[in-house]
Amino acid sequence: MTDKERFVPDEGMAPASTSVPGAGALEELHNPPRSQWLDVWDQFKSHRGALMGGALFLFIILAVYAGPLVWDIDATKIDIRARNQGPSWAHPFGTDQLGRDMLARMMAGGATSVSVGLTAMLLALVLGSFIGVMAGFFKKLDGPLMRLTDLFLALPLLPLLLVMMLLFREPLNAAFGPEQGIFILIVASIGVTSWMPTARIVRGDVLALKEREFVMAARSIGTTNRKLITRHILPNVLSPIMVSATLGIATAIITESSLSFLGLGFPPDFPTWGRLLFDATDYLQQYPERVFWPGMAISLTVLSVNYLGDGLRDALDPRIRGR
Amino acid sequence: MLTFTIRRLFLAVPTLLFISLVIFLLLELAPGDPMAQVPLTVPPEVKEKMREALGLGQPMHIRFWKWLVQFFWIEPQVLIDHYLGTSFSAGDLRVISWQTRSPVMDIVIQRMPQTLWVVGTAYIVAILIALPIGIYSAYRQYSWFDQLGTFVSMVGFSVPPFFSGVLVIVIFSVQLGWFPSIYDTTHVVDSWDAFVYQLKQMIMPVMVLALQITAQLSRFMRASMLDNLNQDYVRTARAKGLSEYVVVMVHVLRNSMIPVVTVIALGIPSIFGGAIITEQVFKVNGIGQLLIGAIQANDLPMVQTLTFIFAVLIVLFNLIADVLYGILDPRIRYD
Repeated sequence: MTDKERFVPDEGMAPASTSVPGAGALEELHNPPRSQWLDVWDQFKSHRGALMGGALFLFIILAVYAGPLVWDIDATKIDIRARNQGPSWAHPFGTDQLGRDMLARMMAGGATSVSVGLTAMLLALVLGSFIGVMAGFFKKLDGPLMRLTDLFLALPLLPLLLVMMLLFREPLNAAFGPEQGIFILIVASIGVTSWMPTARIVRGDVLALKEREFVMAARSIGTTNRKLITRHILPNVLSPIMVSATLGIATAIITESSLSFLGLGFPPDFPTWGRLLFDATDYLQQYPERVFWPGMAISLTVLSVNYLGDGLRDALDPRIRGR
Repeated sequence: MLTFTIRRLFLAVPTLLFISLVIFLLLELAPGDPMAQVPLTVPPEVKEKMREALGLGQPMHIRFWKWLVQFFWIEPQVLIDHYLGTSFSAGDLRVISWQTRSPVMDIVIQRMPQTLWVVGTAYIVAILIALPIGIYSAYRQYSWFDQLGTFVSMVGFSVPPFFSGVLVIVIFSVQLGWFPSIYDTTHVVDSWDAFVYQLKQMIMPVMVLALQITAQLSRFMRASMLDNLNQDYVRTARAKGLSEYVVVMVHVLRNSMIPVVTVIALGIPSIFGGAIITEQVFKVNGIGQLLIGAIQANDLPMVQTLTFIFAVLIVLFNLIADVLYGILDPRIRYD
């Protein structure tokens, strides 16, 4: 591009100095354009609940993953003499019926619960986005894929999850070991039963995007379908995907805890928040505080993630942003 | 409308057939063995006989067909016999539980009243609480009441029933001793005192379930009211000089109820699923508890039938919600 071409639109117009009212406005023109993500962050900052939720969620993640580095008592170390102790400096959350440190167990349990939540959410997200994009983009696939989604939505999920837990536990345990096996089983079954909302939302958005001019323009210069999806469609459906990701973490953590609470999740000596809560209900009368910690941890995590999702939804919606 | 309903009913048949096939295959292909609990000293040929007695000898498709016939053809006949005193089903083999060796449907019917009482009451209580909250928070958007409502419903979403249930047990039955922690289903209401006891034992499970439903419903009610409050017809109604009460409670409310009613209908089957945990916490021996027991005892016919009943409820209430939507909102025409 030559210099001449660049100035073509200005030809015949008033000189720049008179058309631009003030120096301040000129300066504004020289400022680099604000990126979309900066706008999103500005909107997100104004949502106080979301900010607090995000901070709390980061803190919880840090506590469960990096916490054991600081608080280095082994979560499985049995000290029968120190059993059933109340909170003290040696054991801030007390100890359980076998004298295991509750704080260490809460961290270990949290690491499992949060990992299950994140991995299951990722799986559901990949599945849901893939099916949603396929159904929205290719007309032929739309009918069958959406019927499949409706069928999955009609399945009674919690009973089915329980049945899957019962039936596939043994072979997976044999193949991957008791902890790895049950982790794979729980993540896979939660992921496979929770992709439907994402798929529906993504399909709706893709259907609308497909008719937009920029997609037509991209198609007219010969962009292949694969490039069209990865470069033009996917970035534009990112915001509903991110919102359903946060909500997905919440449901996955609750589902995993429910399974553990019903006694069909992780094995007894392997702590998760749901399992700790389930074990503590046996000592409900004597030591009610033991129920409180894991229950509070689950509720706070889910609450923070829900607020985070709420704020993200507002921040990523350009119609709300800037108001 | 009628043609739409009939078409949807016909579409529900393949959906339900497919779901029953999925459930059957899941149970079938899974490598669990119903004979796993039998002592090792039992010789293999006896075990083989026992399997055949449970109906496991035949190939898969024949067993699936048999279950379909038993569930859709023989069980309705049993029901007709029961009410009319006829004998259509005499001599036919029903779906038999492996645990108790008695027909599955009989046990389901025994357990049904407990679940319906607790879950049904919770649902009604939740609707009665959620609707006024939703209406008022929308009417006074961003007031302290609205902010509080938002926070409470967020908490209601986030606190799982196994925690809120245990928490209320700790507070109200362990610490304060007001309510019994275990729901006594053999309790017969025959006097005033018995009625008070029944009320006492129902309060906690009902409140735990109602908290969750209220959280969702009041959000929906609020959003739906907000959609309508800024519409032109509301301004017209006010301009006509109608009182504020009439504008909000008649004009806006009636239009806002359309999506909320369908949400209420859609939520009914999921409540049966959510009640599994609440029933477990309060030891209510309802449907959910029956399912957990059957799963732990590897009682496949029971699990299959119960899961399928849940699926039927979901499909049925989806259909009801769609039809209701069409009836309530004259702008929606399906045909």
